[in-house]
Amino acid sequence: MAVLELENITGGYGETEILHGVSLKVEAGEVVVIIGPNGAGKSTAMKAVFGLLRLSSGRVLLDGADITSMATEQVVRHGVCYVPQTANIFPSLTVEENLEMGAYVRKDDYRPRMNEIYDLFPPLAEKRRQSAGTLSGGQRQMVAMGKALMLDPKILLVDEPTAGLSPKFRGEIFKVVQDINGAGVPILMVEQNAKQALSIANRGYVLVDGRNRIDDSGPGLLANREVAEMFLGGGTNGNGTGSGAGGTNGT
Amino acid sequence: MMDFINFHLMPGVILGSIYALGAIGISLTFGILRFANFAHGETMTLGAYFAFTLVQLTGWHPLAVLPFAMILTAAVALGVDRVFYKPFRAAPAIMVVIASFGMMLMIRSVIQFSWGVQLKSLVPGIQRPYILFDALRISPKHMLIVGSALGLMLAVHLLLSRTKIGKAMRAMSDSPELARLTGIDTEMVIRATWVLGAGLAAAAGVFLAIDTHVETMMGFKLLLPVFAAAILGGIGRPYGAMAGGLIIGIAEELSSYAWLGDGPLLAPGYKAGVAFALMIAMLIWRPSGLFRGKVF
Repeated sequence: MAVLELENITGGYGETEILHGVSLKVEAGEVVVIIGPNGAGKSTAMKAVFGLLRLSSGRVLLDGADITSMATEQVVRHGVCYVPQTANIFPSLTVEENLEMGAYVRKDDYRPRMNEIYDLFPPLAEKRRQSAGTLSGGQRQMVAMGKALMLDPKILLVDEPTAGLSPKFRGEIFKVVQDINGAGVPILMVEQNAKQALSIANRGYVLVDGRNRIDDSGPGLLANREVAEMFLGGGTNGNGTGSGAGGTNGT
Repeated sequence: MMDFINFHLMPGVILGSIYALGAIGISLTFGILRFANFAHGETMTLGAYFAFTLVQLTGWHPLAVLPFAMILTAAVALGVDRVFYKPFRAAPAIMVVIASFGMMLMIRSVIQFSWGVQLKSLVPGIQRPYILFDALRISPKHMLIVGSALGLMLAVHLLLSRTKIGKAMRAMSDSPELARLTGIDTEMVIRATWVLGAGLAAAAGVFLAIDTHVETMMGFKLLLPVFAAAILGGIGRPYGAMAGGLIIGIAEELSSYAWLGDGPLLAPGYKAGVAFALMIAMLIWRPSGLFRGKVF
Protein backbone atom coordinates (compact mmCIF):
# COMPACT_ATOMS: atom_id res chain seq x y z
CA MET A 1 0.00 0.00 0.00
CA ALA A 2 1.29 3.43 -0.92
CA VAL A 3 2.11 5.89 1.88
CA LEU A 4 0.47 8.71 -0.05
CA GLU A 5 -1.73 8.42 -3.08
CA LEU A 6 -3.52 11.01 -5.20
CA GLU A 7 -6.34 9.42 -7.17
CA ASN A 8 -7.57 11.21 -10.24
CA ILE A 9 -7.53 14.69 -8.65
CA THR A 10 -9.48 17.40 -10.46
CA GLY A 11 -9.67 20.88 -8.98
CA GLY A 12 -8.17 24.32 -8.57
CA TYR A 13 -8.67 27.67 -6.89
CA GLY A 14 -12.00 29.44 -7.08
CA GLU A 15 -13.43 29.01 -10.55
CA THR A 16 -10.12 28.13 -12.20
CA GLU A 17 -9.51 24.45 -12.71
CA ILE A 18 -5.79 23.63 -12.71
CA LEU A 19 -5.62 19.87 -12.25
CA HIS A 20 -7.53 17.63 -14.64
CA GLY A 21 -7.29 14.15 -13.22
CA VAL A 22 -3.79 13.87 -11.74
CA SER A 23 -2.82 10.57 -10.14
CA LEU A 24 0.39 9.81 -8.34
CA LYS A 25 1.66 7.81 -5.41
CA VAL A 26 4.63 7.52 -3.10
CA GLU A 27 5.59 4.13 -1.70
CA ALA A 28 7.47 3.55 1.54
CA GLY A 29 11.10 4.67 1.40
CA GLU A 30 10.84 6.33 -2.02
CA VAL A 31 11.98 9.67 -3.38
CA VAL A 32 9.42 10.72 -5.99
CA VAL A 33 9.93 13.78 -8.13
CA ILE A 34 7.33 15.80 -10.02
CA ILE A 35 8.63 17.77 -12.98
CA GLY A 36 6.88 19.75 -15.64
CA PRO A 37 6.76 23.15 -17.31
CA ASN A 38 5.57 26.27 -15.49
CA GLY A 39 1.86 26.23 -14.81
CA ALA A 40 1.62 22.45 -15.15
CA GLY A 41 0.09 22.20 -11.67
CA LYS A 42 3.05 20.65 -9.86
CA SER A 43 2.77 22.71 -6.68
CA THR A 44 -1.00 22.70 -6.96
CA ALA A 45 -0.95 18.90 -6.82
CA MET A 46 0.92 19.12 -3.50
CA LYS A 47 -1.49 21.66 -2.12
CA ALA A 48 -4.36 19.29 -2.95
CA VAL A 49 -3.02 17.00 -0.22
CA PHE A 50 -3.45 19.75 2.40
CA GLY A 51 -7.02 20.69 1.66
CA LEU A 52 -5.86 24.01 0.21
CA LEU A 53 -7.62 23.36 -3.06
CA ARG A 54 -11.23 23.16 -4.15
CA LEU A 55 -11.48 19.60 -5.45
CA SER A 56 -14.29 18.66 -7.80
CA SER A 57 -13.32 15.00 -7.90
CA GLY A 58 -10.64 12.57 -6.84
CA ARG A 59 -9.33 11.25 -3.55
CA VAL A 60 -6.21 11.67 -1.40
CA LEU A 61 -5.22 8.56 0.54
CA LEU A 62 -2.72 8.38 3.39
CA ASP A 63 -1.77 4.79 4.23
CA GLY A 64 -4.96 3.82 2.45
CA ALA A 65 -7.18 6.08 4.59
CA ASP A 66 -9.15 8.83 2.87
CA ILE A 67 -7.92 12.31 3.89
CA THR A 68 -9.50 14.22 0.99
CA SER A 69 -10.31 17.84 1.88
CA MET A 70 -9.30 17.32 5.51
CA ALA A 71 -8.41 20.60 7.30
CA THR A 72 -4.75 21.54 6.83
CA GLU A 73 -3.86 21.29 10.52
CA GLN A 74 -5.39 17.80 10.67
CA VAL A 75 -3.38 16.59 7.67
CA VAL A 76 -0.21 17.75 9.43
CA ARG A 77 -1.30 16.01 12.62
CA HIS A 78 -1.59 12.81 10.60
CA GLY A 79 2.10 13.05 9.77
CA VAL A 80 2.22 14.70 6.36
CA CYS A 81 4.67 17.61 6.45
CA TYR A 82 5.08 20.23 3.77
CA VAL A 83 7.91 22.61 2.91
CA PRO A 84 6.48 25.32 0.66
CA GLN A 85 8.70 26.94 -1.96
CA THR A 86 8.58 30.45 -0.50
CA ALA A 87 7.66 31.84 2.92
CA ASN A 88 8.56 28.49 4.46
CA ILE A 89 10.04 29.78 7.71
CA PHE A 90 8.92 32.22 10.39
CA PRO A 91 11.51 34.99 9.85
CA SER A 92 10.99 36.85 13.13
CA LEU A 93 11.38 33.70 15.21
CA THR A 94 14.77 32.26 16.08
CA VAL A 95 16.00 29.07 14.44
CA GLU A 96 15.21 27.16 17.61
CA GLU A 97 11.73 28.68 17.88
CA ASN A 98 11.07 27.66 14.27
CA LEU A 99 11.92 24.08 15.16
CA GLU A 100 9.72 24.29 18.27
CA MET A 101 6.82 25.44 16.11
CA GLY A 102 7.48 22.46 13.86
CA ALA A 103 6.89 20.30 16.93
CA TYR A 104 3.72 22.22 17.88
CA VAL A 105 1.40 19.21 17.66
CA ARG A 106 3.77 16.92 19.59
CA LYS A 107 2.73 16.21 23.14
CA ASP A 108 5.93 14.35 24.11
CA ASP A 109 9.46 15.71 24.66
CA TYR A 110 10.75 16.97 21.34
CA ARG A 111 14.29 17.81 22.59
CA PRO A 112 15.92 14.56 21.38
CA ARG A 113 14.41 15.11 17.94
CA MET A 114 15.68 18.69 17.90
CA ASN A 115 19.20 17.44 18.61
CA GLU A 116 18.90 14.98 15.73
CA ILE A 117 17.92 17.88 13.46
CA TYR A 118 20.93 19.88 14.64
CA ASP A 119 23.13 16.85 13.89
CA LEU A 120 21.62 16.69 10.42
CA PHE A 121 22.13 20.44 9.83
CA PRO A 122 25.21 21.54 11.81
CA PRO A 123 25.01 25.19 10.61
CA LEU A 124 21.64 25.51 12.35
CA ALA A 125 23.05 24.41 15.69
CA GLU A 126 25.48 27.31 15.60
CA LYS A 127 22.74 29.80 14.79
CA ARG A 128 19.97 28.48 17.00
CA ARG A 129 19.46 31.80 18.80
CA GLN A 130 19.55 33.91 15.64
CA SER A 131 16.32 35.00 13.98
CA ALA A 132 15.69 32.81 10.97
CA GLY A 133 15.06 35.79 8.70
CA THR A 134 18.74 36.74 8.87
CA LEU A 135 20.03 33.43 7.48
CA SER A 136 21.28 32.75 3.95
CA GLY A 137 18.99 31.10 1.39
CA GLY A 138 20.48 27.65 1.84
CA GLN A 139 20.28 27.84 5.62
CA ARG A 140 16.67 29.03 5.48
CA GLN A 141 15.90 25.97 3.41
CA MET A 142 17.53 23.86 6.15
CA VAL A 143 15.37 25.56 8.79
CA ALA A 144 12.28 24.90 6.67
CA MET A 145 13.11 21.21 6.29
CA GLY A 146 14.24 20.86 9.89
CA LYS A 147 10.97 22.42 11.04
CA ALA A 148 9.00 19.93 8.93
CA LEU A 149 11.04 17.00 10.23
CA MET A 150 10.35 17.83 13.89
CA LEU A 151 7.17 15.76 13.68
CA ASP A 152 8.90 12.57 12.47
CA PRO A 153 6.60 12.78 9.46
CA LYS A 154 5.25 9.75 7.63
CA ILE A 155 6.06 11.58 4.44
CA LEU A 156 7.70 14.88 3.53
CA LEU A 157 6.47 17.06 0.66
CA VAL A 158 9.02 19.55 -0.63
CA ASP A 159 8.21 22.27 -3.15
CA GLU A 160 11.21 23.38 -5.26
CA PRO A 161 13.79 23.40 -2.48
CA THR A 162 16.57 24.65 -4.75
CA ALA A 163 14.70 27.55 -6.39
CA GLY A 164 16.88 30.63 -6.29
CA LEU A 165 19.91 28.84 -4.83
CA SER A 166 23.37 28.80 -6.38
CA PRO A 167 24.57 25.49 -7.91
CA LYS A 168 26.79 24.84 -4.89
CA PHE A 169 23.88 25.06 -2.46
CA ARG A 170 21.70 23.06 -4.84
CA GLY A 171 24.01 20.10 -4.47
CA GLU A 172 23.87 20.46 -0.68
CA ILE A 173 20.10 20.53 -0.64
CA PHE A 174 19.87 17.38 -2.79
CA LYS A 175 22.32 15.75 -0.42
CA VAL A 176 20.07 16.74 2.50
CA VAL A 177 17.05 15.29 0.73
CA GLN A 178 18.92 12.03 0.29
CA ASP A 179 19.98 12.03 3.94
CA ILE A 180 16.41 12.58 5.10
CA ASN A 181 15.26 9.80 2.83
CA GLY A 182 18.10 7.63 4.08
CA ALA A 183 16.62 8.00 7.57
CA GLY A 184 13.49 6.30 6.24
CA VAL A 185 11.25 9.26 5.34
CA PRO A 186 9.58 8.98 1.94
CA ILE A 187 9.77 12.21 -0.04
CA LEU A 188 7.62 13.80 -2.72
CA MET A 189 9.44 16.70 -4.34
CA VAL A 190 8.60 19.25 -7.01
CA GLU A 191 11.78 20.37 -8.74
CA GLN A 192 12.88 22.56 -11.63
CA ASN A 193 16.42 21.20 -11.77
CA ALA A 194 15.12 18.06 -13.36
CA LYS A 195 18.40 16.34 -14.12
CA GLN A 196 19.78 16.50 -10.58
CA ALA A 197 16.41 15.72 -9.04
CA LEU A 198 15.75 12.69 -11.26
CA SER A 199 19.22 11.35 -10.53
CA ILE A 200 18.30 10.91 -6.85
CA ALA A 201 14.68 9.87 -7.51
CA ASN A 202 13.26 6.37 -7.43
CA ARG A 203 10.40 7.44 -9.62
CA GLY A 204 9.17 10.58 -11.33
CA TYR A 205 6.05 12.06 -12.83
CA VAL A 206 5.93 14.54 -15.67
CA LEU A 207 2.87 16.79 -15.42
CA VAL A 208 1.78 18.94 -18.37
CA ASP A 209 -1.31 21.18 -18.32
CA GLY A 210 -2.62 19.59 -15.15
CA ARG A 211 -2.45 16.04 -16.51
CA ASN A 212 -0.07 13.10 -16.08
CA ARG A 213 2.15 12.98 -19.18
CA ILE A 214 4.82 10.39 -18.38
CA ASP A 215 5.30 8.19 -15.30
CA ASP A 216 8.55 6.26 -15.03
CA SER A 217 11.51 5.43 -12.81
CA GLY A 218 14.09 8.17 -12.22
CA PRO A 219 16.68 6.63 -14.57
CA GLY A 220 13.90 5.86 -17.04
CA LEU A 221 12.87 9.50 -17.21
CA LEU A 222 16.48 10.64 -17.49
CA ALA A 223 16.85 8.40 -20.55
CA ASN A 224 13.51 9.44 -22.03
CA ARG A 225 13.97 11.51 -25.18
CA GLU A 226 10.82 13.61 -24.73
CA VAL A 227 11.79 14.46 -21.15
CA ALA A 228 15.30 15.30 -22.30
CA GLU A 229 13.98 17.69 -24.90
CA MET A 230 11.54 19.34 -22.55
CA PHE A 231 13.63 19.71 -19.40
CA LEU A 232 17.21 18.62 -19.72
CA GLY A 233 18.52 21.16 -22.16
CA GLY A 234 18.13 19.52 -25.57
CA GLY A 235 17.96 15.90 -26.71
CA THR A 236 20.96 13.63 -26.49
CA ASN A 237 20.68 12.54 -30.11
CA GLY A 238 19.05 15.54 -31.72
CA ASN A 239 17.01 14.24 -34.64
CA GLY A 240 17.43 17.33 -36.71
CA THR A 241 15.07 19.60 -34.79
CA GLY A 242 16.94 22.83 -35.35
CA SER A 243 19.81 23.67 -33.04
CA GLY A 244 22.74 21.31 -33.25
CA ALA A 245 24.18 19.49 -30.25
CA GLY A 246 26.75 22.14 -29.52
CA GLY A 247 24.19 24.90 -29.72
CA THR A 248 26.52 27.45 -31.29
CA ASN A 249 24.24 30.34 -31.88
CA GLY A 250 24.24 31.21 -35.56
CA THR A 251 26.80 33.88 -36.20
CA MET B 1 14.42 71.85 33.11
CA MET B 2 12.18 70.45 35.86
CA ASP B 3 9.21 71.94 34.07
CA PHE B 4 10.22 69.94 31.05
CA ILE B 5 10.25 66.71 33.03
CA ASN B 6 7.20 67.39 35.20
CA PHE B 7 4.85 68.82 32.63
CA HIS B 8 6.00 67.27 29.36
CA LEU B 9 8.19 64.18 29.68
CA MET B 10 6.29 62.50 32.54
CA PRO B 11 2.83 63.08 31.04
CA GLY B 12 4.29 61.78 27.77
CA VAL B 13 5.49 58.57 29.41
CA ILE B 14 2.11 58.10 31.10
CA LEU B 15 0.15 58.68 27.91
CA GLY B 16 2.68 56.56 26.00
CA SER B 17 2.24 53.62 28.40
CA ILE B 18 -1.51 53.74 27.82
CA TYR B 19 -1.06 53.93 24.04
CA ALA B 20 1.44 51.07 24.17
CA LEU B 21 -1.01 48.74 25.93
CA GLY B 22 -3.71 49.58 23.40
CA ALA B 23 -1.38 49.26 20.44
CA ILE B 24 -0.25 45.71 21.28
CA GLY B 25 -3.80 44.44 20.73
CA ILE B 26 -4.28 46.43 17.50
CA SER B 27 -0.96 45.21 16.13
CA LEU B 28 -1.52 41.54 16.98
CA THR B 29 -5.09 41.49 15.66
CA PHE B 30 -3.87 43.17 12.49
CA GLY B 31 -1.00 40.70 12.11
CA ILE B 32 -2.87 37.51 13.00
CA LEU B 33 -6.47 38.14 11.90
CA ARG B 34 -5.48 40.47 9.06
CA PHE B 35 -7.78 43.37 9.77
CA ALA B 36 -7.69 46.79 11.40
CA ASN B 37 -10.00 46.42 14.38
CA PHE B 38 -11.95 49.66 14.77
CA ALA B 39 -13.80 48.26 17.78
CA HIS B 40 -10.56 48.16 19.77
CA GLY B 41 -11.17 51.66 21.19
CA GLU B 42 -14.58 50.59 22.44
CA THR B 43 -12.94 47.55 24.03
CA MET B 44 -10.84 49.97 26.09
CA THR B 45 -13.97 51.92 27.05
CA LEU B 46 -15.71 48.71 28.04
CA GLY B 47 -12.81 47.75 30.31
CA ALA B 48 -13.02 51.11 32.06
CA TYR B 49 -16.78 50.76 32.63
CA PHE B 50 -16.38 47.22 33.97
CA ALA B 51 -13.79 48.57 36.40
CA PHE B 52 -16.15 51.43 37.34
CA THR B 53 -18.95 49.02 38.20
CA LEU B 54 -16.62 46.67 40.07
CA VAL B 55 -15.30 49.59 42.14
CA GLN B 56 -18.88 50.64 42.89
CA LEU B 57 -19.78 47.10 43.95
CA THR B 58 -16.72 46.25 45.99
CA GLY B 59 -15.31 49.58 47.08
CA TRP B 60 -11.83 48.28 46.21
CA HIS B 61 -9.05 50.28 44.62
CA PRO B 62 -9.26 50.37 40.77
CA LEU B 63 -5.99 48.46 40.55
CA ALA B 64 -7.45 45.63 42.63
CA VAL B 65 -10.43 45.24 40.29
CA LEU B 66 -8.25 45.58 37.17
CA PRO B 67 -7.64 41.82 36.72
CA PHE B 68 -11.39 41.18 36.89
CA ALA B 69 -12.15 43.98 34.44
CA MET B 70 -9.54 42.48 32.09
CA ILE B 71 -11.07 39.00 32.37
CA LEU B 72 -14.61 40.32 31.76
CA THR B 73 -13.47 42.33 28.74
CA ALA B 74 -11.56 39.35 27.34
CA ALA B 75 -14.65 37.18 27.78
CA VAL B 76 -16.73 39.70 25.84
CA ALA B 77 -14.09 39.77 23.08
CA LEU B 78 -14.12 35.96 22.85
CA GLY B 79 -17.90 35.94 22.63
CA VAL B 80 -17.91 38.64 19.94
CA ASP B 81 -15.29 36.71 17.97
CA ARG B 82 -17.30 33.49 18.19
CA VAL B 83 -20.63 34.88 16.99
CA PHE B 84 -19.51 37.89 14.97
CA TYR B 85 -16.03 37.62 13.46
CA LYS B 86 -15.69 33.84 13.05
CA PRO B 87 -18.10 33.67 10.09
CA PHE B 88 -15.85 36.27 8.40
CA ARG B 89 -12.61 34.22 8.68
CA ALA B 90 -12.30 33.58 4.96
CA ALA B 91 -13.83 36.92 3.94
CA PRO B 92 -11.79 39.74 2.35
CA ALA B 93 -10.15 41.99 4.94
CA ILE B 94 -12.18 45.05 3.97
CA MET B 95 -15.44 43.30 4.90
CA VAL B 96 -14.10 42.50 8.35
CA VAL B 97 -12.83 46.06 8.82
CA ILE B 98 -16.27 47.45 8.05
CA ALA B 99 -17.83 44.81 10.30
CA SER B 100 -15.54 45.91 13.12
CA PHE B 101 -16.68 49.49 12.50
CA GLY B 102 -20.23 48.28 13.05
CA MET B 103 -19.15 46.42 16.16
CA MET B 104 -17.55 49.64 17.43
CA LEU B 105 -20.88 51.49 17.16
CA MET B 106 -22.78 48.61 18.73
CA ILE B 107 -20.47 48.33 21.74
CA ARG B 108 -20.58 52.09 22.26
CA SER B 109 -24.37 52.11 22.12
CA VAL B 110 -24.61 49.25 24.60
CA ILE B 111 -22.26 51.12 26.94
CA GLN B 112 -24.27 54.34 26.62
CA PHE B 113 -27.49 52.40 27.15
CA SER B 114 -26.21 50.53 30.21
CA TRP B 115 -24.18 53.16 31.99
CA GLY B 116 -25.52 56.46 30.63
CA VAL B 117 -23.51 59.17 28.94
CA GLN B 118 -22.48 61.31 31.94
CA LEU B 119 -18.83 61.57 32.98
CA LYS B 120 -17.92 59.34 35.88
CA SER B 121 -14.90 59.26 38.14
CA LEU B 122 -13.07 56.04 38.87
CA VAL B 123 -11.01 57.56 41.69
CA PRO B 124 -12.90 60.30 43.56
CA GLY B 125 -11.10 63.29 44.99
CA ILE B 126 -7.90 65.04 44.04
CA GLN B 127 -4.53 63.52 44.77
CA ARG B 128 -1.58 65.65 45.78
CA PRO B 129 1.58 64.77 43.90
CA TYR B 130 4.66 63.53 45.69
CA ILE B 131 7.51 65.97 45.45
CA LEU B 132 10.81 64.17 45.03
CA PHE B 133 14.18 65.92 45.42
CA ASP B 134 12.34 69.23 45.94
CA ALA B 135 11.50 69.43 42.27
CA LEU B 136 10.29 66.22 40.67
CA ARG B 137 6.51 66.13 40.95
CA ILE B 138 4.76 62.86 40.43
CA SER B 139 1.34 61.88 41.68
CA PRO B 140 0.74 58.43 43.19
CA LYS B 141 -1.77 57.54 40.50
CA HIS B 142 0.75 58.27 37.78
CA MET B 143 3.38 56.10 39.44
CA LEU B 144 0.75 53.39 39.64
CA ILE B 145 -0.15 53.72 35.96
CA VAL B 146 3.40 53.67 34.67
CA GLY B 147 4.45 50.89 37.05
CA SER B 148 1.50 48.66 36.22
CA ALA B 149 1.81 49.32 32.49
CA LEU B 150 5.50 48.38 32.54
CA GLY B 151 4.62 45.27 34.57
CA LEU B 152 2.02 44.26 32.00
CA MET B 153 4.45 44.85 29.14
CA LEU B 154 7.01 42.65 30.88
CA ALA B 155 4.33 39.97 31.26
CA VAL B 156 3.53 40.25 27.54
CA HIS B 157 7.21 39.87 26.74
CA LEU B 158 7.45 36.70 28.85
CA LEU B 159 4.30 35.33 27.27
CA LEU B 160 5.54 35.96 23.73
CA SER B 161 9.09 34.73 24.24
CA ARG B 162 8.71 31.88 26.75
CA THR B 163 5.39 30.17 26.18
CA LYS B 164 4.30 27.91 23.36
CA ILE B 165 1.12 29.87 22.68
CA GLY B 166 3.06 33.16 22.69
CA LYS B 167 5.58 31.86 20.17
CA ALA B 168 2.72 30.52 18.07
CA MET B 169 1.16 34.00 18.12
CA ARG B 170 4.40 35.51 16.78
CA ALA B 171 4.65 32.71 14.21
CA MET B 172 1.10 33.25 13.00
CA SER B 173 1.71 36.97 12.86
CA ASP B 174 4.65 36.20 10.52
CA SER B 175 2.59 33.95 8.25
CA PRO B 176 -0.89 32.54 9.00
CA GLU B 177 -0.66 30.22 5.99
CA LEU B 178 2.62 28.65 7.12
CA ALA B 179 1.29 28.41 10.68
CA ARG B 180 -1.56 26.28 9.36
CA LEU B 181 0.85 24.16 7.28
CA THR B 182 2.97 23.66 10.40
CA GLY B 183 0.01 22.19 12.27
CA ILE B 184 -0.41 25.13 14.65
CA ASP B 185 -3.94 25.26 16.05
CA THR B 186 -4.75 28.60 14.46
CA GLU B 187 -8.21 28.98 16.03
CA MET B 188 -6.59 28.56 19.44
CA VAL B 189 -4.03 31.23 18.56
CA ILE B 190 -6.82 33.55 17.42
CA ARG B 191 -8.66 33.10 20.72
CA ALA B 192 -5.44 33.78 22.63
CA THR B 193 -4.96 36.93 20.56
CA TRP B 194 -8.42 38.22 21.47
CA VAL B 195 -7.86 37.46 25.14
CA LEU B 196 -4.47 39.20 25.20
CA GLY B 197 -5.54 42.16 23.06
CA ALA B 198 -8.80 42.76 24.91
CA GLY B 199 -7.20 42.29 28.33
CA LEU B 200 -4.53 44.87 27.57
CA ALA B 201 -7.14 47.19 26.02
CA ALA B 202 -9.14 46.98 29.24
CA ALA B 203 -6.00 47.86 31.22
CA ALA B 204 -5.35 50.84 28.94
CA GLY B 205 -8.95 51.99 29.46
CA VAL B 206 -8.73 51.62 33.23
CA PHE B 207 -5.41 53.50 33.38
CA LEU B 208 -6.83 56.31 31.28
CA ALA B 209 -9.87 56.37 33.56
CA ILE B 210 -7.63 56.57 36.63
CA ASP B 211 -5.75 59.45 35.01
CA THR B 212 -8.85 61.30 33.79
CA HIS B 213 -12.38 59.94 34.05
CA VAL B 214 -14.77 57.41 32.56
CA GLU B 215 -16.81 58.46 29.54
CA THR B 216 -18.27 56.74 26.53
CA MET B 217 -15.99 58.32 23.90
CA MET B 218 -12.72 57.77 25.78
CA GLY B 219 -11.67 54.68 23.83
CA PHE B 220 -12.57 56.15 20.47
CA LYS B 221 -10.38 59.17 21.19
CA LEU B 222 -7.51 56.77 21.92
CA LEU B 223 -8.12 54.64 18.84
CA LEU B 224 -6.40 56.81 16.25
CA PRO B 225 -3.15 57.52 18.14
CA VAL B 226 -3.09 53.83 19.03
CA PHE B 227 -3.33 52.95 15.34
CA ALA B 228 -0.52 55.41 14.67
CA ALA B 229 1.56 53.69 17.36
CA ALA B 230 0.92 50.22 15.89
CA ILE B 231 1.88 51.39 12.41
CA LEU B 232 4.94 53.23 13.69
CA GLY B 233 6.14 50.06 15.42
CA GLY B 234 5.31 47.76 12.53
CA ILE B 235 2.08 45.80 12.07
CA GLY B 236 2.16 42.42 13.78
CA ARG B 237 5.14 43.41 15.94
CA PRO B 238 4.11 43.59 19.61
CA TYR B 239 7.46 45.02 20.69
CA GLY B 240 7.12 47.61 17.95
CA ALA B 241 3.68 48.50 19.30
CA MET B 242 5.12 49.11 22.77
CA ALA B 243 7.91 51.29 21.39
CA GLY B 244 5.51 53.04 19.01
CA GLY B 245 3.06 53.79 21.84
CA LEU B 246 5.74 55.34 24.01
CA ILE B 247 7.18 57.35 21.12
CA ILE B 248 3.78 58.73 20.07
CA GLY B 249 2.78 59.55 23.65
CA ILE B 250 6.05 61.32 24.42
CA ALA B 251 6.13 63.13 21.06
CA GLU B 252 2.59 64.43 21.57
CA GLU B 253 3.46 65.89 24.95
CA LEU B 254 6.87 67.23 23.96
CA SER B 255 5.38 69.04 20.97
CA SER B 256 3.89 71.62 23.28
CA TYR B 257 7.17 72.33 25.12
CA ALA B 258 8.71 75.76 24.65
CA TRP B 259 11.54 74.50 22.44
CA LEU B 260 11.91 77.88 20.71
CA GLY B 261 11.26 81.06 22.63
CA ASP B 262 8.70 81.28 25.41
CA GLY B 263 5.48 79.89 23.99
CA PRO B 264 4.73 76.24 23.28
CA LEU B 265 6.21 74.99 20.01
CA LEU B 266 2.77 73.73 18.99
CA ALA B 267 -0.45 74.68 20.72
CA PRO B 268 -1.66 71.68 22.77
CA GLY B 269 -4.69 71.48 20.50
CA TYR B 270 -2.44 70.11 17.76
CA LYS B 271 -1.21 67.16 19.84
CA ALA B 272 -3.27 64.62 17.90
CA GLY B 273 -1.77 65.95 14.69
CA VAL B 274 1.71 65.06 15.93
CA ALA B 275 0.77 61.37 16.13
CA PHE B 276 -0.39 61.43 12.53
CA ALA B 277 2.56 63.44 11.26
CA LEU B 278 4.81 60.74 12.73
CA MET B 279 2.68 57.99 11.26
CA ILE B 280 2.67 59.53 7.78
CA ALA B 281 6.41 60.18 7.90
CA MET B 282 6.94 56.55 8.83
CA LEU B 283 4.67 55.29 6.05
CA ILE B 284 6.65 57.29 3.52
CA TRP B 285 10.12 56.61 4.88
CA ARG B 286 9.68 53.03 6.01
CA PRO B 287 6.21 51.52 5.52
CA SER B 288 7.10 48.37 7.42
CA GLY B 289 7.59 50.37 10.62
CA LEU B 290 10.42 50.46 13.13
CA PHE B 291 10.33 46.71 13.75
CA ARG B 292 9.87 45.57 10.13
CA GLY B 293 6.25 44.58 10.31
CA LYS B 294 3.85 43.71 7.54
CA VAL B 295 2.97 45.97 4.65
CA PHE B 296 -0.52 45.51 3.25
